[in-house]
Amino acid sequence: MAKSKSATVQISTFADHHVITQPNPLRNVLRRVAERDLDDPIARAEKALAGLSGEFKNWMTIEADRLSDAHAAILRDGFTDVTREELFRAAHDIKGDAATFGFPSAGAAAESLCRIIEHAPDLDEVPSNLIAHHINAIQAIVRERTKLDTAATAGELSKQLRGIADVFLTHANRDRPEHLEAVLAPSIAPAE
Amino acid sequence: MFRIDFNKLRFLVCDDNPHMRRILRTLLHSFGAREVYESEDGATALEMYSHYVPDIVITDWSMPIFDGLELAQMIRQPDSKGNPYAPIIMLTGHSEKRRVTVARDAGVTEFLAKPISAKGLYQRILNVVANPRPFIKTKTYFGPDRRRNTANAYIGPERRIGGEVEVMQQPSLLDKARSTV
Repeated sequence: MAKSKSATVQISTFADHHVITQPNPLRNVLRRVAERDLDDPIARAEKALAGLSGEFKNWMTIEADRLSDAHAAILRDGFTDVTREELFRAAHDIKGDAATFGFPSAGAAAESLCRIIEHAPDLDEVPSNLIAHHINAIQAIVRERTKLDTAATAGELSKQLRGIADVFLTHANRDRPEHLEAVLAPSIAPAE
Repeated sequence: MFRIDFNKLRFLVCDDNPHMRRILRTLLHSFGAREVYESEDGATALEMYSHYVPDIVITDWSMPIFDGLELAQMIRQPDSKGNPYAPIIMLTGHSEKRRVTVARDAGVTEFLAKPISAKGLYQRILNVVANPRPFIKTKTYFGPDRRRNTANAYIGPERRIGGEVEVMQQPSLLDKARSTV
């Protein structure tokens, strides 16, 4: 853990706020190196990540199965706080992880599903096929990845699903400006 | 050019997804970090935060029991016995601008949208290590200064009221927190 010399905090008090400034407690972990320093921690980390890639397909299958299980619970018990939350959480994890695991199209389909769960005014009113198609698409993308030309097909599939979901959400939220704004707002996720 | 001595840093990683924790652990270890503590929910993370006094917290948003946003709010308690100043990096699948604003208002230091990359994570860590921002305390907020742009070109309404400035020096709360561990 970073050790710093005993420091003092400077507190500037204004009418309605305080500004608290302390010497950087982590300054001791910064080290000046030559411009041509050959050690590249980012390249080292990317290499280590590549070393994990043999496990990504298995991890992605586990994530996709978790999503299917969450969907099965909804088909059995309907939308409750618990089943909705689990479906969202499973989709949300795939949205965040899939591109790292080499399945960007599955991530895009999962993002579209998250948007439906988050912004549909009433999940019971969402056409059941719309949710099922997203989950089936994610399963197909994960399981058929090794076949030739699937990357383009997977990308097109996710794009089509997102288009259909957006039409549904835009219409369903036409009287809910906050949700409509969120549905139409651009994503800040880093581009692939 | 500067490099970070990661072996001097202690990290707390909080994510309910074991695969993402493995990714984070791999990245941090390959950067050079030795001390990486992990938790799968916000409540455990808060306990570990008090116990291990990490230098940097990396947390997911969406988690069971209490989430990363609540974790940030619990850490940013100015009168707590622990260290309320530790940098918090929110690593999340949420990718809407309004989420960034909500995280910022909870006292999060840096926001990193998934998918994660080695470069993105390194840059956020470098930023919190090399460029810490002063903390602001108001009736409704305690956390890093939300005004990142220090240029005097701001033309919106002035929400901070000035008045007489009274400057006080006091021992670092961080030192105090560490001395109690």
